[in-house]
Amino acid sequence: MHEENSSGAKEKWQLRLYIAGQTPKSARALANLQNFCEEHLKGQYEIEIVDLMEHPELAMRDQIIAIPTLVRKLPAPIKKIIGDLSQNQRVLAGLDINLLTS
Amino acid sequence: MNRHNSEQGIDKSPSGISGLDEITGGGLPSGRPTLICGSAGAGKSLFAMTFLVEGAIKYNEPGVYMSFEETAEELSSNVASLGYDLPTLIAEKKIAIDHVEIERNQIEETGEYDLDGLFVRLGFAIKSTGAKRVAIDTIEVLFAGLSDTGVLRAELGRLFRWLKDQGVTAIITGEKGEGTLTRNGLEEYVSDCVILLDHRVDDQVATRRLRIVKYRGTSHGTNEYPFLIDEDGITVLPVTSMLLDHDVSDERVSSGVDPLDDMLGGRGFYRGSSVLVSGSAGSGKSTLAAHFVDETCRRGERCIYFAFEESPLQIMRNMRSVGIDLNQWVHKGLLKFSASRPNLWGLEMHLARMHKEISDFRPRVVVVDPIYNLKSVGSNSEVHSMLLRLIDYLKSMAITGMFVALDSSNTSEADNSTVSSLMDSWIQLRTIEHSSERNRGIYILKSRGMSHSNQIREFMLTDDGIRLREVYLGKGEVLTGSARLIQEALDEQEKVEQQQAIERMARDAVRRRQLLEQQISTLQSELENVNDEFDHLTREQQVASQLGDSARTQLTESRNVGAKR
Repeated sequence: MHEENSSGAKEKWQLRLYIAGQTPKSARALANLQNFCEEHLKGQYEIEIVDLMEHPELAMRDQIIAIPTLVRKLPAPIKKIIGDLSQNQRVLAGLDINLLTS
Repeated sequence: MNRHNSEQGIDKSPSGISGLDEITGGGLPSGRPTLICGSAGAGKSLFAMTFLVEGAIKYNEPGVYMSFEETAEELSSNVASLGYDLPTLIAEKKIAIDHVEIERNQIEETGEYDLDGLFVRLGFAIKSTGAKRVAIDTIEVLFAGLSDTGVLRAELGRLFRWLKDQGVTAIITGEKGEGTLTRNGLEEYVSDCVILLDHRVDDQVATRRLRIVKYRGTSHGTNEYPFLIDEDGITVLPVTSMLLDHDVSDERVSSGVDPLDDMLGGRGFYRGSSVLVSGSAGSGKSTLAAHFVDETCRRGERCIYFAFEESPLQIMRNMRSVGIDLNQWVHKGLLKFSASRPNLWGLEMHLARMHKEISDFRPRVVVVDPIYNLKSVGSNSEVHSMLLRLIDYLKSMAITGMFVALDSSNTSEADNSTVSSLMDSWIQLRTIEHSSERNRGIYILKSRGMSHSNQIREFMLTDDGIRLREVYLGKGEVLTGSARLIQEALDEQEKVEQQQAIERMARDAVRRRQLLEQQISTLQSELENVNDEFDHLTREQQVASQLGDSARTQLTESRNVGAKR
């Protein structure tokens, strides 16, 4: 769902993808994510990748259990979904994107 | 620090949990996962945390606690009352706690995934502390949070292999299922060691029990071991040496009553022996025990008095009335009273508590007064088993034990004789009834390893404590008390009378002798008189015959002269 604030600008989506090293699953997740964002959030998203192999301390801080995990940081509230993002419906539901009004 | 058990070829990590290391022969298998399962509240988390903290404090093995249910703050406050300062250990990087939050409604599963996040977290925590011990409590929460059981099971298998690769000794906790060890079958993955904790309520009495279901490579006791959780943490009932291979002592300890020591071969009980004191109600058993305690403390040795019937204050008051001051020893820290009603806990719990108090206080003497009301929380054989283990434990510590039992008209000697087989000495206080009066007698029924008196003695409670007297054995009867006093008075009188009779007869004899002697002297003087007369007559006769001769001679001469003229 695209939101419009009073100034007319669309809200920025901040998404963070947690991976643990370069694996086929994480590569798939990243590809799926980019496609998804281009399709549904064009021009208003930001993807950040956190590789827990390089920053293991973040796993505990951000309560990451499964890999890959995608966290919607903005807009609030925080939403978390796990998996390689291949199931579109689930991604939509998990990120709380209502297609009917998009 | 691992203890290598060369007999069984397995390295073991000591748990620091009192009693558990004895049962497992050294602790949990090093470098392997151990499954601890049980219902809610059975004590799994506490076991896991104790293993970790003891490892960090005592054995220099840091640990990582991955908690799926409680936060680090909750865990810290749980164990603070046990004296464990978790926050400090965390600050010193000896313990790391990672609280894993899983909320199902937050997590949408959108495709393939694995649990690498957990692995990363565990790996990071292990590295940052150099951990050798890991606890995961309880991973079954994952099953509630994630729906792909295929992935879960695969990842669990991977986790346990990974833990082994890390070389850490791990405790995995699991909630007990209906008819299975764990609800989600964790026991399939953990095959090295499985411990089941049970928290049961029987007849309104709660008991905690532990059972080693499996311990690969170690011969272990398969019995249930009771344990308790109190302000000092977990105490598992230590295994006592059931092989009857205790050291024995030749040393003797006084019973506190000198004549009783005399009856016991002159020196009292053997140190480390078990003594049964039985008697009917009010016969003075507790007083005898109090003498023993008094004497023990006077020697400077510590004593624990387990009271199951009277409160310590009541006992001390009662003993004051017979001149025994136990309070002074309490003040000096030599005597400890531990009082409770038997039906407060089950027998196992009582035993566990007694073990704990004994190992904490380290006495040389233990008194259990009484043992008969323990039957209200267990059958005869259960009480017997409990006493057997207690006595075993006492003997292994060379502690002399005195046990007070009841002989009543309902409990025959048969009841006490099953208990008495556990005892080295059996002192019986008997009531002797005679002409509507009851007095006390003390009797040694048996005392192994020493020659002892087989006589009954009269036993009196005076203001100065217990006094023993020889019993009256005259006229083939045993008499005590007033009957004895009466009989003794009668005896005395008889003796006096006899004495007087003898004196009388003696006087008579003297008199008769005197009489006879007088008669003799009279007769003798008569004899002398007669002799004198006889002599006189003889002399006269001689004179007369001499005169006659001379007269005749003269006559003859005169006649002759005339004729010649």
